[in-house]
Amino acid sequence: MVKLRRTMLYVPGNNAGMIKDAHIYRSDSVMFDLEDAVSVNEKDTARFLVFNALKTLDYEGIETVVRINSIESGFGMEDVKAMVRAKPNVIRLPKTETAEDIYEIETLIEKEEENCGYKKGTIGLMAAIESPLGVLNAYAIATASTRLIGIALGAEDYVTCMKTTRSPGGMELLFARSQILNAARAAGIYALDTVYSDLNNEEGFIEEIKHIKQLGFDGKSIITPRQIEPVHKIFAPSQKEVEYAKKVIKGIKEAEKRKSGVIAVEGKMVDKPFVDRAMRILELAKASGVLKGNKDGDK
Amino acid sequence: MKIIKTGIAGTLESSDVMITVRNNSGKGIEIHLQSIVEKQFGKQIRKVVNEFLKKFSIEDGLVQINDRGALDCTIEARLAAALYRASGTSDYDWEKI
Repeated sequence: MVKLRRTMLYVPGNNAGMIKDAHIYRSDSVMFDLEDAVSVNEKDTARFLVFNALKTLDYEGIETVVRINSIESGFGMEDVKAMVRAKPNVIRLPKTETAEDIYEIETLIEKEEENCGYKKGTIGLMAAIESPLGVLNAYAIATASTRLIGIALGAEDYVTCMKTTRSPGGMELLFARSQILNAARAAGIYALDTVYSDLNNEEGFIEEIKHIKQLGFDGKSIITPRQIEPVHKIFAPSQKEVEYAKKVIKGIKEAEKRKSGVIAVEGKMVDKPFVDRAMRILELAKASGVLKGNKDGDK
Repeated sequence: MKIIKTGIAGTLESSDVMITVRNNSGKGIEIHLQSIVEKQFGKQIRKVVNEFLKKFSIEDGLVQINDRGALDCTIEARLAAALYRASGTSDYDWEKI
């Protein structure tokens, strides 16, 4: 079944209560943050807290991600040492600008895996792209390691570098979003959108989710459990989409029996790209619980 | 590990614990516990702390615990942070922690 990454919930690494309860809201992933959410004076305590939580608590199948500090910050090396031993599913590198950043972090992870006697490659890697240079290097970053499960846009730093601010329509992010998305698709990995920070603007949030879904993103980072439901709702295929996808799959199967690759569904010509999209809709529908049974929609 | 100064870690928020570790001037291990769940879990908290101190071969230390309903793994994390701060070292032994 396709792995859903519609919502990645940020959890401040120094908040014991939130770390304990992070999984109960059922986001697709929880991301323990050792970076910007933790003050410089508390980097050590947050690292201990996240380390022990990952070693001890059962997150009931929710994907665990840790956003570590950059190596240049002086905290990243220790973060890697600790987190490789705590074994989250994914380590997220912030402020990635070049493929070399990925090579560097991968070398460190590999070294620690070796020190621990772990099998190489068990921990996934994710890169957050937060600068103009990172955006321009998106494809090189996305293909720099087989560990990479996805790349994500970090918009706040990006817009600052671009000498602008975030707007409700997000036009200032269109290039970065498109570039990151295109790079992720070309590399065959996930594309995750940035956070939406204006918690009191629910309409704006809904518009942004629709926008990034239409662009083709797999999901977005979120900062409160309250943001989970709207994202999941908008990313779930509609009943109409599911019914149409079922017709496409059924039709193409019948066409294959007649040794034909083209059919008409509801008066429209349907060929391979339609079939691929229909299969994707049914996979998503099944993974998000909209559809029970097998991929063809049969119970 | 040797306690050479005062080390504090944690908060007084719900589900957390604030732990202060000091040198006890050769009087051995002393634990002062204040907890909202002391009646139910006081014994367990002391056990967790004692075992952790033993693991790090600490034989002299005054440990003040102000607990707000923290899990055992949170208590251990805060104690580890307080101890490393009190020992003045950042050469963390992740295998032991």
